[in-house]
Amino acid sequence: MNLGKQIFLHLLVIALLAGLEYLLPVYHQGVFARVMVLAVFAMGYNILFGYTGLLSLGHAMFFSAGLYGAGMTVYHLDWGLPLAFLTGIFCAAALSLLIGLLALRTTGVAFMIVTMMFAQVFFLATLYFGEWTRGDEGIVLPQATRLIEFSGLHFDFSNPVTRYYAALVLFAVVLFITLGIVRSRFGRVLVAIRENEERTRMLGYNVFANKLWALVISAGISGAAGAAYALLFGYVGSTFASVQYSILPLLWVLLGGASTTLGPLIGTVLMYYLVDFSSDVLARAVPDWNFSYLGVVGVALILLVLFFPKGILGTIRARWARWLP
Amino acid sequence: MKPLLIARNLSRHFGGLKAVDMVDFSVDAGEVRAVIGPNGAGKTTLVSLLCGRIQPSSGVIGFNGQDITRMPAHLRVRAGIAYTFQITSIFPNLPVYDNIALAVQRTLADGRSRKALDASVRDAMLHVGLTERASTPAAALSYGHQRLLEIAMGLALHPRLLILDEPTQGLSDGEVKDFIKLVRTIRKEATILLIEHNMDVVMKLADRITVMDSGRILAEGSPRSIRANAKVQQAYLGTADA
Amino acid sequence: MAFGPHLLLATLEGLVTAAVLSLTALGLSLVFGVMRVVNVAHGEFFMLGAVIAWGAASLFTGNAALGFVAALIISPLVVGAVAFISERLVLRRVEYNPEATIVATIGLLYILQQAALTFYGPEARPVEAPFNLRIQLPWFGYSGYKLFVIAAAIVLLLLVWLILTRTRIGLVMRATQIDREMARAFAIPVDRVYAGVFALGAMLAAIAAVLIVPIQQAHYLMGLDPLLLSFIVVIIGGLGSLRGTLVAALIIGVSDGIIAMFFSPTLAKMIATAAVALVLVFRPQGLFGTATR
Repeated sequence: MNLGKQIFLHLLVIALLAGLEYLLPVYHQGVFARVMVLAVFAMGYNILFGYTGLLSLGHAMFFSAGLYGAGMTVYHLDWGLPLAFLTGIFCAAALSLLIGLLALRTTGVAFMIVTMMFAQVFFLATLYFGEWTRGDEGIVLPQATRLIEFSGLHFDFSNPVTRYYAALVLFAVVLFITLGIVRSRFGRVLVAIRENEERTRMLGYNVFANKLWALVISAGISGAAGAAYALLFGYVGSTFASVQYSILPLLWVLLGGASTTLGPLIGTVLMYYLVDFSSDVLARAVPDWNFSYLGVVGVALILLVLFFPKGILGTIRARWARWLP
Repeated sequence: MKPLLIARNLSRHFGGLKAVDMVDFSVDAGEVRAVIGPNGAGKTTLVSLLCGRIQPSSGVIGFNGQDITRMPAHLRVRAGIAYTFQITSIFPNLPVYDNIALAVQRTLADGRSRKALDASVRDAMLHVGLTERASTPAAALSYGHQRLLEIAMGLALHPRLLILDEPTQGLSDGEVKDFIKLVRTIRKEATILLIEHNMDVVMKLADRITVMDSGRILAEGSPRSIRANAKVQQAYLGTADA
Repeated sequence: MAFGPHLLLATLEGLVTAAVLSLTALGLSLVFGVMRVVNVAHGEFFMLGAVIAWGAASLFTGNAALGFVAALIISPLVVGAVAFISERLVLRRVEYNPEATIVATIGLLYILQQAALTFYGPEARPVEAPFNLRIQLPWFGYSGYKLFVIAAAIVLLLLVWLILTRTRIGLVMRATQIDREMARAFAIPVDRVYAGVFALGAMLAAIAAVLIVPIQQAHYLMGLDPLLLSFIVVIIGGLGSLRGTLVAALIIGVSDGIIAMFFSPTLAKMIATAAVALVLVFRPQGLFGTATR
């Protein structure tokens, strides 16, 4: 059966990432820790966009709900890290339940715009409540709050190695959760909704309820990524709620391959290094020009939509490996 | 005999157009009922009201002794009304197996076992003769096979009432013959409501025929009495379709 | 200042906002109405219009009026050309698929922002007003240029309305909007109509931007607010309905000016954005539109 192959492939990827910790120089270790957390965000996005076929332009609010949910409880309430992490996930899931009950009444373009507008409201709220969030400037979590003591074990998340493995554990857990969902009957129903909503309804499925579940799971995973980001990298700020952070997961998923379990990781890694590399090259070639990563993101989005809509893993699956989940 | 499905004073207006206008309609358990009528007579609107895809402007619908007028479509399917679309509606990018599994997995009583699911899917594929194409994407099937697939999905829901909306449209003569055979086996398990233009199919399969015209029911009765009905001949059989 | 004059001032400021907003939103609404696509890069066409206006005006330093007229001619033409090219190169190739179009126009948004940052820079720069007239009201003096903006917007809107209702171009556009296939059957070059409408929509945004730069400085990130406000206007007015768009622009513009003067602008934006999202959820045909069925 395919299940064996699939599990083997996923374990292999996790083992590779674990091995990279030994091989990579410190700078790239840091990059990969960040990329793994952001890939979790993309995997969450993929549940809704790739598998269920709902294009949200507002996932920044779920990522940053997790970010603020975790970061603010640590900073203001001095809660322990595990509780703060769970609070982050809870905030994102609860927010998505509310947003879903409203936004899922719309479809297509209206859904995209509604999610984008709710996310904008969330972003403005992070500025408006600047007394607690410190708005744009953000909050740096002191190192002393980023420790876990656990029956004699010490984890200090400002230590790069600890951080790397914490990110890897989160990534691995979410990867297998995604694989589980994709292979489950629930996952098959989500794909059915994407392919033909009316037919799915006329097979007796409650389409609205299934979409709502997909959104809550997707937002919960995105929130977990946000919470992990706050705790591992010690910074919480309103940039993460801005519209860019709604577009980026879309870009990562499109590049890696929508509705593939490993696509989000591939897309996130490639995009991160593409931005890194191109800004280096451009800065050297024309030193007095201003560059940000925006242009690269823009060109990548257009090229993907025009020439490569299935993304990397999607294309590999269509051509060579039908068994890829 | 107690009817399985009853509709009373059922209407649906689109703006000024009365697509279905004060219709009283009932289907008995176990029968094969055909609904015929010229294009635009309101046949598809009528069955769409019955299966809940659209809401009535007025009227009441009962199924199996229960008022289902306000019940959402997906719950009606669970209550036992299955609908196959006039324009083939399947999951084009999914394999045949998954198409049918989606229908089966919702009805399985034990809900857990992969084996039971697999057995039921294979059963349904065998029933309509698609076993060899289990892993073919539905979009790659021939048109006739796609219609069969859709019927198989309807069957896999184990409905009490199966609504077939113009199932033989676009099929070859040979495929129509196979279809007639298939319906004769299906009727042992389910009541069938059939919208059909092909009079040959109607006369061979239907126990009773309902004739619609301009949103109303013009006549209802056995195939023989419908054939002999002067009003029907004038409105329908006498024209192009006879 | 007493409450009455204060309110009058707020209303005047609101009318200026409404004037610029109605032009910008009309562009977005035209594109959506005819092509059934949402152009997320619309705000960047506005930004580009402002930046090019600065460039054109700076060719004529010393003569503000001449610089302004140059900006008013050059900026819409350049922006229209950019829009035309992007339509031909990108939107046509994704066959106006709604989702692909949104993703592609997001890409365009970033590219235009990057281009402005690279070639124009991160600074905010003002353009001098073409004339310096202060009209003295009994309670306060008010900028004559701002009143000119309101008048100019009204003239332009009338012009667009005349083009849409009284000319062959307008007829062709409406025919394409109602039924693309039917229009094609009547030998209307639907492809060229689409490219033209997309360019026209962008040009309206550019003209609005030229009008605003003497009041508000040109900056490479200035496109986001007009985009969101235009969305708000187009949604409240009913997607694709021109009359609704104008009414909504007036309401949003004036109330934005008044609210911003009395409340925190962030809070006002939050409430307005949330309210509009709810309109789209519960009344997708807009507050002034009628349901299609």
